[in-house]
Amino acid sequence: MTDFGKLIVTTPSDREIAMTRVFNAPRNLVFDAWTRPDLVRRWLLGPPGWTMPVCEIDLRVGGTYRFEWLGQDGTRMGMGGIYREIVIPERIVNTQLFDVDWTGGETLGTLLFTEQGGKTTLTNSVLYSSREARDAALRTRMAEGVEAGYARLDEILASNFSEGN
Amino acid sequence: MMATLRALAEPNRFQIVELLRDGPRPVGAMADRLGLRQPQVSKHLHVLSAAGLVDVRVDAQRRIYALRPAPLEELEVWLEKFRRLWEDNFQRLDAVLEELTAGEPGTKRKKRGRTKR
Repeated sequence: MTDFGKLIVTTPSDREIAMTRVFNAPRNLVFDAWTRPDLVRRWLLGPPGWTMPVCEIDLRVGGTYRFEWLGQDGTRMGMGGIYREIVIPERIVNTQLFDVDWTGGETLGTLLFTEQGGKTTLTNSVLYSSREARDAALRTRMAEGVEAGYARLDEILASNFSEGN
Repeated sequence: MMATLRALAEPNRFQIVELLRDGPRPVGAMADRLGLRQPQVSKHLHVLSAAGLVDVRVDAQRRIYALRPAPLEELEVWLEKFRRLWEDNFQRLDAVLEELTAGEPGTKRKKRGRTKR
């Protein structure tokens, strides 16, 4: 029995943060939900009221993706990158850079989809440019549970950290 | 809230807060534990104090620092909201997957009649 629905955050190495979650669906569907724009923009939204007007995915090695979110107050935020590895429906590696760079430079994201008994375990790990960059991200997010609410954190850090530091 | 995050984002200050989690301490003891010079620790404590994270009381000639729980509690509330945010994303994803699963032959079908787009 797997911990369906439970979000687990770990630090597998000193430059990484990883998040694991089990979904009640075979991995080809989970893979689709992460890579088909019409599906992605239905769930990868952040705070209540936010939408995802831009979701472009060119799913091939060397292809790019671009995500943009729009808040109710008109705030926009975006990120994008390049696909480095694609193994359908098992694994995706891509670069990630937010428009407002709060992650200490480009990060490398790996999505791993493993299936067992009709359920899929998704591991989403982010490799930072250095331990310092990872630790800074960890500290500002204060560890568990916080790994990836990208949009909201991006907004907060963008508006508050960029000036003083 | 931002003052809290900014104060904690510096590694030595983060460690000072971790030390103080176990109880109030004088500056000198923290300097020893962290392998820092006392003036450095005092400087960091000054920042933590300005952010409302620590209180100081003077005991004879020693200055004893203690954590103030309020900003950390505020941070916890914020983090919980933040955690919910990603969990909300995944719950929406669960719903999308349920719909996709319903349209997929050979997988268990909870609801029929909804077709895959």
